[in-house]
Amino acid sequence: MSDKTSGYLDMELLRFTTAGSVDDGKSTLIGRLLYDSKAIFEDQMEAIEISSQKRGDEEVDLALLTDGLRAEREQGITIDVAYRYFATPKRKFIIADTPGHIQYTRNMVTGASTANAALILVDSRNGVIEQTLRHSYIANLLQIPHIIVCINKMDLVDYSEEVYNKIKEDYKRVAEKLNIEDVRFIPISAKFGDNVVDASEYMDWYQGSTLLNLLETIEIVDDRNHQDARFPVQYVIRPQSDKYHDYRGYAGRVASGVFRPGDKVKVLPSGLESTVKSIDTFDGELDMAFPPQSVTINLTDDIDVSRGDMIVSIENSPKVEQEIDAMICWMNERAMMPRGKYTIKHTSNEARCMVRDVKFKVNVNTLEEVTDDKLVGLNDIACITFKSAKPLFVDPYKENRITGSFIMIDEGTNETVAAGMIL
Amino acid sequence: MKEYNINHLRELEAESIFVIREVAAQFENPVMLFSGGKDSIVMFHLARKAFAPAKVPFALMHIDTGHNFPETIQFRDELMDETGTRLIVRYVQDSIDQGKVVEETGFDASRNKLQTVTLLDGIEDLQVDCAMGGGRRDEEKARAKERFFSHRDEFGQWDPKNQRPELWNLFNGKKHMGEHFRVFPISNWTEMDVWQYIYLENIKIPNIYFSHEREVFVRNGNLLSVSDFIPMRDTETVEKRIVRFRTIGDATCTGAVESEANSLEDIIEEVAASRTTERGTRHDDKRSEAAMEDRKKEGYF
Repeated sequence: MSDKTSGYLDMELLRFTTAGSVDDGKSTLIGRLLYDSKAIFEDQMEAIEISSQKRGDEEVDLALLTDGLRAEREQGITIDVAYRYFATPKRKFIIADTPGHIQYTRNMVTGASTANAALILVDSRNGVIEQTLRHSYIANLLQIPHIIVCINKMDLVDYSEEVYNKIKEDYKRVAEKLNIEDVRFIPISAKFGDNVVDASEYMDWYQGSTLLNLLETIEIVDDRNHQDARFPVQYVIRPQSDKYHDYRGYAGRVASGVFRPGDKVKVLPSGLESTVKSIDTFDGELDMAFPPQSVTINLTDDIDVSRGDMIVSIENSPKVEQEIDAMICWMNERAMMPRGKYTIKHTSNEARCMVRDVKFKVNVNTLEEVTDDKLVGLNDIACITFKSAKPLFVDPYKENRITGSFIMIDEGTNETVAAGMIL
Repeated sequence: MKEYNINHLRELEAESIFVIREVAAQFENPVMLFSGGKDSIVMFHLARKAFAPAKVPFALMHIDTGHNFPETIQFRDELMDETGTRLIVRYVQDSIDQGKVVEETGFDASRNKLQTVTLLDGIEDLQVDCAMGGGRRDEEKARAKERFFSHRDEFGQWDPKNQRPELWNLFNGKKHMGEHFRVFPISNWTEMDVWQYIYLENIKIPNIYFSHEREVFVRNGNLLSVSDFIPMRDTETVEKRIVRFRTIGDATCTGAVESEANSLEDIIEEVAASRTTERGTRHDDKRSEAAMEDRKKEGYF
């Protein structure tokens, strides 16, 4: 096999989200990344050329590449999260492309929930504005580990270093206020491709990476929690066959930490202790399992374990709680009912819950805490206390994005109405 | 921390296995749609991995248009035997005979669209509450907005404006009586990922994916296979060419590509160098700009 083929087999996966409105050039930036990394094919290009002509546009609109549905093309808007894919020899990328208008906070939250990195677009002519603040707040609320601020349309400010530095300083104050740890800045022109894939000819004063280079090299392995062993049991495997008639394996995905055969573990909620006998896969046993692997764990003792239970380290356990404080983002047109009852999905566990209290809402434009308005409606972000009908095994979201997150489901409509992050 | 690195294929694999296990846990009577194409073969392989050493705890379902490549059907039957998996086949011909659908006529007639009715009838008759499909978001722009867990109303329809938000890996499969879900475990895979994974795992695929000589004719820039199902125009002529298929769908609307690639390595290099999408060989998507969106709303795969 040639080096070319083998190279493709050893790439890392990076998921990122993009925040910014159409006016910031977000679609153009994504189009540019896809186009310059050769992820756009001739037939796709042909299709958007024809669409552009039909609409009477003079230039081919790269934004059309990312507008999926007929309604969007007709109205020139993006109504939902769309996923895009491209790869370089170093990494495979998944872009969660989310619209930036205020009414679409819920989409940004959705896109941000699985992202390793967030691109926040700033129009160099406008600098840090209310919307930048909102996007940064959400990225931080969802604990996206890396923030990349793309200062776009540098071509329209004469590629000025001064403008770039001013925006950078302004943004650093925002980052400080929000406690954002890892933030990087790149001056770009998405329209002309400066510093997107190739280094700019017009900004000698910028010595840093291009955007693509940064996306290819940001360290992401350490972003996963390898300390606190947590294994939510998803499914119990019991082969009804002669060969395996005593087999009882617990299938699931490692949420955090590392499991090895011989590890002492505890099963929640029973609290019964046991030892990892083996970590099984279709391809044989493993020496260890770590996130995000899907494996099957066998225990040495025959204890009762089922879906919704959690296998955890004996030394370090999540909290077992029924009264929980969390930040939520409300995602449904029907506002949250005061003292309303909802179903919570948390890891593989499910429980009914009742909202006890709305402590405050966050004004995402000013970041102020609002305490005199308790009505939580679509796109609102609020701090609530809820009581669940049975204990949940939780970690703070800041420490664990998997055991710290949940969704709320309306029991009447079955819709997902809120995303929650445990405090 | 290099020891905790995981490559993109293993990460995609872990995600898909997680999704398939969620289906088995959340639904009473799920099926996995199986066409004999590479995506459904990979999806089935992932299902076997998800439940080993037990068997896959659901049946596979094939919606058979009757316009098959014989190699695909033979491959399917051998795979079912080998793995001891239950297969349900529903025939578009039955829907035609029952008068539920009317066969298209003309040179470009296809049963592709009719499959939707056969599929929805099968789902209703067998009280299937979840049908897993091998759709990928990179295939087509309407698919780019699809969820892993996609809710369908009692008419089997997709409402793209009213999809449930999908956060982290928390999948909400709750539904009312009569509604069902479509679940797409390999949503995040690209064509390249699928081929790399087939290579990495040494997964068997039908031989028509590899280069072979075949009688074909040219229509609208596509190379269509000569068969009893496709009437040819007087102006169209049969030629022998060295071809392979990039996708395998209904024989009436799946074009071949000229290719010498006869190993997985060759195919991977060909895909890497390709400047057109695999859907470019699919006649059915070219009917209009929103062809896929419209079919999906009606309840297509």
